[in-house]
Amino acid sequence: MTRLNFTLLALLALAVPLSLLAGKVWIDPLHPAIPNAGVILLELRLPRAALALVIGAGLGAAGAAMQGYLRNPLADPGLFGIAPAAALGAVLSFWTGLAASPWALPAFALIGAGGAMALLGLVAGRAGLAMLFTLAGMMLASLAGALMSLAISLAPTPFAQSEIVTWLMGALTDRGWAEVWLAAPLTLAGLIVLRAAGPGLDALVLGEGAARSLGLDPRRLQWLLIAGVGLTVGSGVAVAGIVGFVGLVVPHLVRPFTDRRPSRLIVPSALAGALLVLVADCLCRIAPTVSELRLGIALSLVGAPFFLMLLLRMRSTAALGGGLA
Amino acid sequence: MILAATALSLPGRLAGVTAALNPGEVTAIVGPNGAGKSTLLAALAGLIAPAGGTATLGGTPLTALPPRERARAIGYLPQTPEIAWDVTVATLVALGRLPWQGGPLHRAHATPAEDAAAIGAALAAMDLTALAHRPLSRLSGGECARALAARVLAGQPRWLLADEPLANLDLAHAAALIARLRDQARAGTGVVLVLHDLAAAMNRADRVLLLDHGQLVADGPPEQVLTPERIAQVWQVTAHWLGEPGNRALAVG
Repeated sequence: MTRLNFTLLALLALAVPLSLLAGKVWIDPLHPAIPNAGVILLELRLPRAALALVIGAGLGAAGAAMQGYLRNPLADPGLFGIAPAAALGAVLSFWTGLAASPWALPAFALIGAGGAMALLGLVAGRAGLAMLFTLAGMMLASLAGALMSLAISLAPTPFAQSEIVTWLMGALTDRGWAEVWLAAPLTLAGLIVLRAAGPGLDALVLGEGAARSLGLDPRRLQWLLIAGVGLTVGSGVAVAGIVGFVGLVVPHLVRPFTDRRPSRLIVPSALAGALLVLVADCLCRIAPTVSELRLGIALSLVGAPFFLMLLLRMRSTAALGGGLA
Repeated sequence: MILAATALSLPGRLAGVTAALNPGEVTAIVGPNGAGKSTLLAALAGLIAPAGGTATLGGTPLTALPPRERARAIGYLPQTPEIAWDVTVATLVALGRLPWQGGPLHRAHATPAEDAAAIGAALAAMDLTALAHRPLSRLSGGECARALAARVLAGQPRWLLADEPLANLDLAHAAALIARLRDQARAGTGVVLVLHDLAAAMNRADRVLLLDHGQLVADGPPEQVLTPERIAQVWQVTAHWLGEPGNRALAVG
């Protein structure tokens, strides 16, 4: 295990217990003065922390893989259209009123993600080039986005409309073990697939032509990415809505601590993504607001200025670095 | 193993090129811009599926070889480097070992010690050992070109195909690279180079393929292929060779 992974694991080991104690009600581990401390810990905070870890890990790893695949530090897991398609599925479950039954929403979202994966798979069979494949994904994303807006504007009741809008902001509020058992196995499978894509992503460092001369099978790499990003991001959206930003920023934060080979970025990005979402969710919980701050909003509020600062600093140090990111 | 093109065609780019290349030789592909040199090289590397004809390695069509097996046999250095991330020289060169390394989907064909030895030898051959831990963004254009060449050498291919490998190199390093490639050829590797510098082809190649408009115009030892008459016919310039065989210079005009 590398030192980076070890450090991140150590930070996680520190952050998880702290996150369990933090919230509107602080729990003192030595003198649990609150009567329901056990219930709060095991039924509310523990599943929520587990879910934060699962979603963060999936988004971080998917972001790292996407940036490696597109050879571009601006890539984000949403680019392939899988996240918007999953969100569209979820929106339709609200729209039809089926979201009231517990499994309908995640099931609809997973169907949406699966549909996007199947469509991308059809394109992958035809075009070996990253450019065409990515454009197809972006078209899928904008189509799903347009259909989502349509569904919101034509929502049957104002209540459904507000539910959709709130859900889309992404949150871990009121999630339980059921969501963890749904998302964790899918995300884990996705992480394994993304790890398997590592050598192919490394070959792409040299460009598509050189990568193929190193034995890269572009079609197989596309399949791995569709499956890996689909499983991680699709299951994340299904249980938490759209949580942006993590997939874009986490690989940036981690990259300077690695040798910049895309394969070496995937595991530390998963760990750092888990840490970031866990901490962000805790901050949402303890923020002194009347109704809880939405995770998606909080991440962007805190993350965007931080990221901007980082970019400005990178720009000044990398001014001599030519076009290399 | 012979690397051969048989009636290789691609509409608008190659028109029925046939040539059997021998290991142990330096073969130069020359011709004016747009003659199809890079296309022929990419087809011989198995990166372009030809519309007509076949490219074969030891009799097996390249399109029928598993990609990783082909990659271990044929190393390819593209003309324009497209490096996505600011990796160090050592990391870049290590990428040349990818076809040998195992992973979740592949079994390994070399031990980590063999990988490390190949990387070290490639760095030393390109005079990069001292720069091994420097990021590419802090290299000069020539150093970067050498690092990319070292990446191909690290793969220890039986065939080494390079598109304009001398383009960004200063005199000393161009001479060193071509000397190194000649050593490789003497050790049994097949070396195929696309060259613009006709003097380099004349002095350093064992064999020259002259392409024009996608067609193979001439094929043979450099002194027989690169005659002033052919240069006049293909490039439309009058030129003559100066100096002794093995140390020629081209005087144009």
